[in-house]
Amino acid sequence: MSFDVPMNLYYRESHEWIDPETGRIGLSDYAQDELGDIVFVELPSVGDEIEAGEDFGVVESIKAVSDIYAPVSGEVTDVNERVFDEPELLNEDPYGDGWLVEVDAADEGELEDLHSGSEYSDQIE
Amino acid sequence: MALRTPPLHDRHEALDASFTDFGGWDMPVEFDSIRAEHEAVRTAAGIFDVSHMGEVEVSGPDAEALMQRLTTNDVTELDPGDAQYSMITDDRGVILDDTVVYRMPASAPAPDAPGTDATFMFVPNAGHDAQMHERWTSHAETWGLDVEVANVTDDLGMVAVQGPDANALVADATDADVHDLGRFEATYGTVAGTPTWIARTGYTGEPGFEIVFPAADGVAVWDAFDCQPCGLGARDTLRLEMGFLLSGQDFDPEDEPRTPYEAGVGFTVDLDTEFVGRDALERQAEEGVEEEFVGFVLNERGVPRHGYEIRNADGDQIGTVTSGTMSPTLGEPIGLGYVGTTFTEDGETVRVVVRGEGKAATITTPPFLEGYQ
Repeated sequence: MSFDVPMNLYYRESHEWIDPETGRIGLSDYAQDELGDIVFVELPSVGDEIEAGEDFGVVESIKAVSDIYAPVSGEVTDVNERVFDEPELLNEDPYGDGWLVEVDAADEGELEDLHSGSEYSDQIE
Repeated sequence: MALRTPPLHDRHEALDASFTDFGGWDMPVEFDSIRAEHEAVRTAAGIFDVSHMGEVEVSGPDAEALMQRLTTNDVTELDPGDAQYSMITDDRGVILDDTVVYRMPASAPAPDAPGTDATFMFVPNAGHDAQMHERWTSHAETWGLDVEVANVTDDLGMVAVQGPDANALVADATDADVHDLGRFEATYGTVAGTPTWIARTGYTGEPGFEIVFPAADGVAVWDAFDCQPCGLGARDTLRLEMGFLLSGQDFDPEDEPRTPYEAGVGFTVDLDTEFVGRDALERQAEEGVEEEFVGFVLNERGVPRHGYEIRNADGDQIGTVTSGTMSPTLGEPIGLGYVGTTFTEDGETVRVVVRGEGKAATITTPPFLEGYQ
């Protein structure tokens, strides 16, 4: 099975993506497929600080509970409240309507610690 | 240790299933999505490979006496072709396993049919077959009973066809007259040329059948049913909506030692029979239990999971969650667990601690769906 990996995003090994243009963070297509039907999402609030490598939320599928890890540090500037009522958006549109939070990255240099699209593709092959 | 593989494993791989270790078996957990598989069973039909369930055959002059003394229900009530839900308890009355016991017809229609020449066949849970075979064998020896006990788990496979359309699917696939079978009745019948044992039983709350067959013929039997393949994930959400017990999770002799009265299956205990654990259970029947198995619906967002605490309004722990999920049919979080007997009334409000936060839940006797019993 092949998974969608947009090349303009950066990825953590733990399958979170961040869009360097918008600061938007979500879970990869591979992650949503591994998790299966997502039924619950817990996220921080606008104004909260998240820290690179630390968990900042929880996503639950029917099968399991998983922490979500921050790809970069920064302040949360927006939260996708739609996913609280429609967690299935993470399955249906992981890079679009299923995004999670937007952050104002504190240190652009942290992006260098993440995987490029092609590196991430190799990881999940 | 290498995982045991069901006879249909290659078939599941070809269907691109994802697999999990369940009781030492490498079993399909999901074919398409749990939600889709669950819905298919509630609205049409689905087929499950349940070959991880054990099969133990008991035969000989004292077969009935041995079954009677090692299971809590009264096997003398069974006519040939009858099935019975029962518990296997230790001398403290703690459930070691739950099982379905079949009394087999006097002779099978084909030499390789499941249960051939056996007086009884019973179905232990995944990974318990060797332990139960040993339990039956050693007790027969201790008690000087004349029986033969055979663990035929690896020789047989089993599928479950479940859902509103299951009756028609099974009736079309077999020469047996399954329309006349009542719930917990079984018969021999041929499916795709294979001699099978067809029982009107299941674990989903839907009409349906469990079909036992020689392992080598598994693919032909599986392919005889044109319906949604379902994995253990959907099996779990379906049984949870009905409040059915899951061995190893809702009861477990080590981690969750429970008696049938605590686990809400006291109806399987016949104190007029003599069986291992009877005296302890008689005492408990007289004295009552301290905790009981209940269902609950979470009134706030979150998913209850095995091991979460249940608390009262004052924040004191009054019980523990043993199973939970987001109900695909209801779209609400539901769970099962044990609470103190003062909190078991329907409508009672308790709190389930989800990652540190106490969330309101309402005690609700399963099944959680309307129109089911």
